[in-house]
Amino acid sequence: MSAIESPQFFERRKAVFPKQVDGFYRRLKWAIMALTLAIYWITPWLRWDRGPYAPNQAVLVDVANRRFYMFGIEIWPHEFYYVAGLLIMAGIGLFLVTSAVGRAWCGYACPQTVWTDLYQHVERFLDGDRNAQIRLQNAPWGPAKLARRILKWTIWLLIAFCTGGAWIFYFADAPTLHQAFWHGNAAPVAYATVAVLTSTTFVLGGFMREQVCIYMCPWPRIQTAMLDEKSLIVTYKDWRGEQRGSLKKAQAHPGEFGDCIDCNQCVAVCPTGIDIREGPQIGCITCALCVDACDKVMAQIGRPRGLIDYATEQDCETERKGGAPIAVRKSLFRVRTLAYLAIWGSIGLAMLFALGVRTRVDVSALQDRNPIFVNLSDGSVRDSFTLKLRNMESRPRSMTVTLSGAPGLRMWSEEQSRAQAARALEVRVAPDQVRKLRVFVVGTAEGPAREPFTFVLTAEGQKKERAQEQATFERQGE
Amino acid sequence: MADRKVDHATGTETVGHEWDGIEELDTPMPRWWLWTFFITIVFAIGYAILYPAIPLLNSATKGVLGWSSHSELEREMAAEKARTAPILSAIAVTPIESLPGKPRLYQAAIEGGRAAFKVHCVQCHGSGAAGSAGYPNLNDDDWLWGGDLKTLEFTIAHGVRNPGHAETRMSQMPAFGRDGILQPAEIDDLVSYVRTLSHQEGASASARRGATLFTTNCAVCHGPDGKGGRAVGAPNLTDRIWLYGGDADAIRTTITNARYGVMPRWEQTLGPVTVKMLAAYVHSLGGGEATPAQAKVENASVAPGEAAADVRH
Repeated sequence: MSAIESPQFFERRKAVFPKQVDGFYRRLKWAIMALTLAIYWITPWLRWDRGPYAPNQAVLVDVANRRFYMFGIEIWPHEFYYVAGLLIMAGIGLFLVTSAVGRAWCGYACPQTVWTDLYQHVERFLDGDRNAQIRLQNAPWGPAKLARRILKWTIWLLIAFCTGGAWIFYFADAPTLHQAFWHGNAAPVAYATVAVLTSTTFVLGGFMREQVCIYMCPWPRIQTAMLDEKSLIVTYKDWRGEQRGSLKKAQAHPGEFGDCIDCNQCVAVCPTGIDIREGPQIGCITCALCVDACDKVMAQIGRPRGLIDYATEQDCETERKGGAPIAVRKSLFRVRTLAYLAIWGSIGLAMLFALGVRTRVDVSALQDRNPIFVNLSDGSVRDSFTLKLRNMESRPRSMTVTLSGAPGLRMWSEEQSRAQAARALEVRVAPDQVRKLRVFVVGTAEGPAREPFTFVLTAEGQKKERAQEQATFERQGE
Repeated sequence: MADRKVDHATGTETVGHEWDGIEELDTPMPRWWLWTFFITIVFAIGYAILYPAIPLLNSATKGVLGWSSHSELEREMAAEKARTAPILSAIAVTPIESLPGKPRLYQAAIEGGRAAFKVHCVQCHGSGAAGSAGYPNLNDDDWLWGGDLKTLEFTIAHGVRNPGHAETRMSQMPAFGRDGILQPAEIDDLVSYVRTLSHQEGASASARRGATLFTTNCAVCHGPDGKGGRAVGAPNLTDRIWLYGGDADAIRTTITNARYGVMPRWEQTLGPVTVKMLAAYVHSLGGGEATPAQAKVENASVAPGEAAADVRH
C-alpha cells in the first residue's frame, strides 16, 4: 500500500504464511471442514432404491434425461420452480446468516475457505509452520527446495483431482462413471470437467487463496452491505488494547499501556494476512482464528480473554462507554433476523407442502391449429389434439382419459379407428415418461363455434391421481 | 511531488481528480491480473493461427486447422445422412402396408413424410394439408382414389392426370354444357338432383327429371346411387364434402365445363422412399383407411359414414 515513493501500476501478491493455532474456533473450523468435505465426497455414492425404472443414486442431476433426483424427491424440468425456490431460499438465507452472524459463510463454509484451509494444512505438514515456510520461501532454489515444492504441488494436485473428479459423479451414476472414467470410456465432457475443476482447485486453493476473496468474489461486497450495527463481526477492542506496547514496556509503565502487547500473533495466524487491529475490512473473512491466537496470549499473560472477539458494533460502543454488552441471544433474535427467518421458513414450508400434494401425473392438450377443424363426409366435424400424458413415477401406469362436458363429443386415438370412438380412452404410459398421443375428437356440425370441454386424466394405483386440461371443440358454427 | 494526494484511511494515493468530494484511489492492480491479460493475448494469437481470422481483400486467412462453417455444415449434414441411411433403407425394403407393424419405423416414416410434405406439397394442399377449392383436404375421410396406405402411395408416386405417364390416375369428366351434350335446362335439373343426393335440397319435379338424366349420363362413373367410383376418381356426390363447392352455382359450373385436377407424379422427382413416407404422413392425418383384405382396392366403393373411414393401426 505504500506506493508513495515510486508509484506502481501493479502490485505483487504478498505471500501469507498463516501460523498454526489451536482454540475453540479452530476446532469449529475443523469440524465444519470435515463435515462439508464429507458431504461433498460422500453424497454421490449414497444409494437410494427407486425400483427398476429409475436410477438408484440418492442425489443425481441427470442432465441428459432432464431429471433431478434428491433422495425421495424427483424433479422434472417443468417443476423447476422448486429449484428457483431453493435459490430464493439461498438468497434469503444469506440475508439471515449475514444479519445474524456476519460473514460466517466466508469464514467457515465457503469452498474457497475450506480448500484453502486444507491446502494450508498440507503446506504446514510438509514444510513446517510459518517460520519454516518463510525460510524455505526465501531460500535459493536448489534440489532440496525443488523436491519439497514438487512434493507439495503433487499432493495439492492430487487433492485438486479428487475435488474435480468428485464433481462429475453428481451428474451420472457414480460407480458406473467411476469405472468408465478409468477405462477411458467416459464422455469427453467428463474429462474436460475434471481437468478444468482440477486446475481451478489447484490454482485457487494453492496460489490465489485470499486474492479470490479480495479481488474476485462479489460475495464479500454484498455481505458487507448487509451487515448492520447488530451483526456479529470479528473485531479488535481498541479501547481495551491501546496504547499497545510490549509486555516489558507495560510492566515498566503500568497504566500507560492497554492489553495489546503487540505480539502480532493475530496477524501471524490470519489466513488472509490482514491486521484485524486496523478495524473491519474486506479482507476479513471472520474465521476468528485471531480470536483463538489472542485468547491464548491473554491467558499466558493473565489478562481476560476477548481482546479480539466476536462482537456487534453496538456492543463495542456500549463497552467503550463502560456498559455491559447485550446478550448474544438478544442480538441474534431481533426483528430483522426473525423477519428473515420467517420469510425463509415459510418459503421452505410452502415448498414442502407443494411437494407433498403434487400429483405425479399430468395431461396437456395441444389442439391442431392448421386446420382447426375438419369436416367429415358424413357431415360431422373432427378436431385433432396432441395429448401429452405424463407419468412422473418410476413405474408403468394405466391411465384413463375421459371427456368431461360437451356430451355430444366422442374421441378415438391414433391407435384406434373411428369405429371405436368413445367418451373414454385407456392408455398405458411407460415409467418416468411423457407419452404423446394424437386424439381425434368428433362432434356434430351443429352447435356453437367454440364448445368448451375437459380432458380428465385419472390414474389408478396405490394413490389415485387426477389431472385435467381445458380444451375447446371448434367447428364452423352457426 | 506537491500534487500527490494520499487518502488517510487507506494510505493509498488518489488519482488526483475530485468529483463532488469523491476521490478515486489509485490502488495498484494485483500483478496476477496482468497475467490474465497476457493469457488472453496468447490465446488470441493461437486462435488467429488456428482459425480463420485476418480479413483479406476477398476472403480471410484460412487458419492452420482449415476450419470453416461451410465444412462444418457439410460434416453435420453427412453425419445426419449417415444416421438416417439405415432408417431410409429399412423403409425402402418394407412394403408400405407392413409399416404400421413396425411402430418405430412407421413413426420415422411419418416424420420424414411430414418434412417432405412441407417442401413439396404445401403449395397446393396447404401447410396443414387442409387443401382449398380444387385441392383436396387430406385430413378428412373422403378419398377420390382411395385412402389406404398402398393406394395413397400409388397416387403420390404416379400423380393424377399426369401427361405422358401411362400409370397415372386418369379419368376425364365430359364438359356436358360446353360440348353441348346437355342443354342448360337439363343441367339445372341435374344440379337439383345432385343436391338432393346430399340432402341439400328436397325432392322436386326438376330433381326427378334430373334423376333420369343422371342414370343416363353420370351413373357410369359416379355409380347408380351417386356414391362415386374410386377406379376413375369419381367423387361421392352423397356426402358433405365438395372439392369444388356444393352450392348450385359451383355444381352447375362443374357439370358445364367439367373439372380436370392434376397432380405431378412424385416418384420420378422424389424417389420411392420419400413417396412412401409422404403416403404414411398423409395417412396419419386422421382420415387414413385400413388396408383392405383383398388387394383390389380400386373397385371398393365408398362406404358412408363411420364404417369405412378413419381406420388406422
